[in-house]
This record gives sequence, structure tokens and C-alpha cells, in this order.
Amino acid sequence: MIATQLGASHLQFLLQGALWTVVLSAIALVGGGLLGFLVALCRVSASRAVRIASGVYVQVVQGTPLLVIMFLVFFGLPPLGINVSPLTAASASLILYVSAYMGEIWRGCIESVPKPQWEAAECLAMSRTQRMFYVVLPQAVRIATPPTVGFLVQIVKNTSLASVVGFVELARAGQIINNSLFEPFLVYLIIALLYFAMCYPLSRWSRRLERRTGYARRQQVVTP
Amino acid sequence: MSQPTSSSAGPVVALRDVHKSFGSLKVLDGVSFEVARGEVLAIIGRSGSGKSTALRCIDRLETIESGEITVCGHRVSDPKLPLRALRLDVGIVFQSYNLFPHLTIEENICLAPVTVKGRRRAEARETARRVLGQVGLGDKLDSYPEQLSGGQQQRAAIARSLAMEPQVMLFDEVTSALDPELTGEVLRVIEQLAAGGMTMVMVTHEMGFARRVADRIVFMHRGKVWETGPATILEAPETAELRQFVGSGL
Ligand SMILES: Nc1ncnc2c1ncn2[C@@H]1O[C@H](COP(=O)(O)OP(=O)(O)O)[C@@H](O)[C@H]1O
Ligand SMILES: [Mg+2]
Repeated sequence: MIATQLGASHLQFLLQGALWTVVLSAIALVGGGLLGFLVALCRVSASRAVRIASGVYVQVVQGTPLLVIMFLVFFGLPPLGINVSPLTAASASLILYVSAYMGEIWRGCIESVPKPQWEAAECLAMSRTQRMFYVVLPQAVRIATPPTVGFLVQIVKNTSLASVVGFVELARAGQIINNSLFEPFLVYLIIALLYFAMCYPLSRWSRRLERRTGYARRQQVVTP
Repeated sequence: MSQPTSSSAGPVVALRDVHKSFGSLKVLDGVSFEVARGEVLAIIGRSGSGKSTALRCIDRLETIESGEITVCGHRVSDPKLPLRALRLDVGIVFQSYNLFPHLTIEENICLAPVTVKGRRRAEARETARRVLGQVGLGDKLDSYPEQLSGGQQQRAAIARSLAMEPQVMLFDEVTSALDPELTGEVLRVIEQLAAGGMTMVMVTHEMGFARRVADRIVFMHRGKVWETGPATILEAPETAELRQFVGSGL
């Protein structure tokens, strides 16, 4: 990074950062999604204790800035004898963060499946687990898809905070380049464009899903 | 096919002095009635008189404060009652069909036999075909609920209950959400069930239907069984309340 003009090598470095942003987003989505699914199930559990415990988890994580979670994981674990790389710290923090928000989004979706659906399954002698997995969750998934894809945008943008623990994703890559080029406007404009290129398709997709929410699509092929 | 859980002697459903409140609102105030095997009982009464609540208590969708409910030998009023066993013997159909919208009609019907009773899929499909034929929907196996009319959805819901081979069927105003021209097709299905010897408790606003199909009528008023007897009580009510109810053309 000796050149003082923005060149191909800079762009390549930025694209590499963008790739790490995608990777980190994917880790956060998959890990946070799995944990969030568990959180959602706990939030609607039949056990009051489980509901309260998971509620506290959600409140604590949502009440802590992601930046602070990153610091806590990165600097808090080594004294306990657990060494964490920037990637691990960033991943773990994002997974915690995403699980709390996804958990709440999905809890809302599960609860928005009409009560009579639960009851109809109950009257057919289905157990609570069977009702959940065969009747309620399949309907909740359809309701959940648009807000989940919408939340993906938040995940992508929030990966930029991983720079505070020294992880070189897109935002950090931009910082590094700017430190040698001193062209902040140009560099951050490129970065903004790259984020936009990643987020825009997601929000478009989310809006498309929202428009065909429910069973509207299938209804079009109904022959009366 | 399935073994009756109770001896064929004695009532299939029995309520004895059942009391139930929602908060300070007394909804069932000492309700008692019995339904024998093969009998059809119609519960009538003004809206809010506790008919649905009585039905829901029979399937333990509501718990009661005092009294006793026995259904097919299950002590429903016992807090430790195994709910699964009760619900295997009781089928219930609601005003709002409550079919599962993400499943086809066939899948709606097969779900519980496969998951709850452990039936093989092919066997469950066979049952689905049979019960759908019974309600006149043999050609709707692959349709989704939203593709059916209200009357068809309600008949599919009845078929779904029948596929579990219940000992007793409960119907809660199953035609109230339907246009008048669709009411008949659902009532005909229930009438056929009655003719086939199914034990039934039905809450209904269809007086002509109750008169024709029911072996016995329970008229509920203010959470009490106000008057009960054979269908003839509708022609010659003893209480002023039933006279007024029948006269109001409901
Ligand atoms: N879950 C409930 N919580 C509170 N009140 C209820 C509930 N269900 C029914 N009620 C009340 O109990 C009374 C009887 O209701 P219901 O049994 O549905 O009457 P019906 O079916 O005869 O119209 C009504 O006043 C109704 O508002
Ligand atoms: Mg009612």
C-alpha cells in the first residue's frame, strides 16, 4: 500500500474485505439463526421458568450495544484462559446479537399463528411438540420470511463493527487504505457503494416477499 | 375398528352439576346432562348462555370448578386426566373450520392418524379417501383449504375428525359462518352421521334441523339447563324462556 493513488490493488483489498463481510454475515446468519430458533422456542415454552430465562437473555443482549458485546468477548475471554481470534470474537458476538433479535422476530411470528390452529391440532390428540412442528412452525415460517430477510440487511451492516476487534472486513479494509491514501471521501464512497451493492438486493427481496405474504400466490391458480 | 374405551352400557358423555366461571362471570351454573351411545343431543339457547363452554369442557379445552364430567370412561374433571386418550375418543368441529392452511385436504386428514396413531401413510391415505367420500369431497384430496368454499371446508373438517374414528362427535354451530345455500350440504353430512349411529352433541341454531335429527334437546339459559326433553319440547315448551326463544325464530 505504497501507491498514493487509488489503484487496482486497493480495489482488490477492498473486495477482499467485502468478501469477509459476506463470510461474517453468513456465520452470523447461520449461527444466530440456529440459536435464535432455540430462543424463539424457549420464549413460547410451556415452562414459565424457561420463558423468563430466555426473556432475560433477550433483554440483556438487546440492551447491550453490539460494540460492547464485541469488546466483552474479545477482551473478557482471554483472562479466563480462552484465547479468541478476531474472527472468533466477531462471529461469537454477532451470533449472540442476531440470536436475540431473530428470536424475538420469530417468537412474534409463532404467536401470530391463530390460536384456533393450535386448538384444532390439540383436539386431534397431537402432542405439544407435534402441534408446534407440524402445524404452527410451517405457518410461522411463511410469516417470518420477509422480516427475516429484512433483518439480513442489519446483519450485513453490523458486521462493520467487527473492525473494533481488529477483524479486517470491508469497513476496516477501507480504514486501512485511507490511512495510506488520505482520500477519505473517495474511499468511504466506494465502501458505501459496496455495502449498498450487498444490501440493496436483500431489501428488494424482502419487499418482494412481503408483497406475496400469505397464500396470495397460490390463490391465483385457483379455478373456481 | 377401534375399541370403545368404555363399556357400551352407561352414557358416553355425562355432566353432573358442572360449574364454571370466567373471572366473576358464572358461565355454567350446575349443568347436568347425559348422552347415550348412538344418541344425538342438540344444545340450543341464546348467544352467551354457555353452550360453547359446555362443549369445550367436554373435550377439556376448559377446566371446570366443580362437578363431574365423564366421557367414554375418562374422568374429564380429574386434573391428572391423560388428555391424549380423551381426545382420541372425542372429535370436535368448530364454527371456523380451522383446517391447516399450509396442507392439502388429504394432508390435513392424514396428519393426526400418521403422527398420533402411528398409521402407515398408505393406510392413512386410504382412510382420507373414504372419509372424504363420506362427506362428498372425494375429488378434493389435493386441494388446499383456501381453494374450497366454506361449506366444503367445513365438510373437510368433519372428515378430518372422522378419520380419527372418535367415539363421540361434538359440533359447535358448524353452519353459523356459512351462507344459507351452503348450510344444507353440511347439515346433510351430519344427518348421515346420525343415521349411521354416531354419538353426537351439537350446538346449533338450526331449529328445523335439531327437531329432525336430535333425539333429545337441551335448552340452555343463563348457564343452566333450563329445559330438556325430546324434540317435541320445541312444539310445546314448558318454560316461558324456551317459548320465547322458539318464537323468536332463531
Ligand atoms: N375464554 C373466555 N374468557 C372470558 N369469557 C368467556 C370466555 N369464553 C366465553 N366467555 C363468556 O362466557 C359466556 C358464555 O359463552 P359461550 O359458552 O361461548 O356462550 P354461547 O356459546 O352459548 O354463545 C359469554 O358471556 C362469553 O362472553
Ligand atoms: Mg357459542
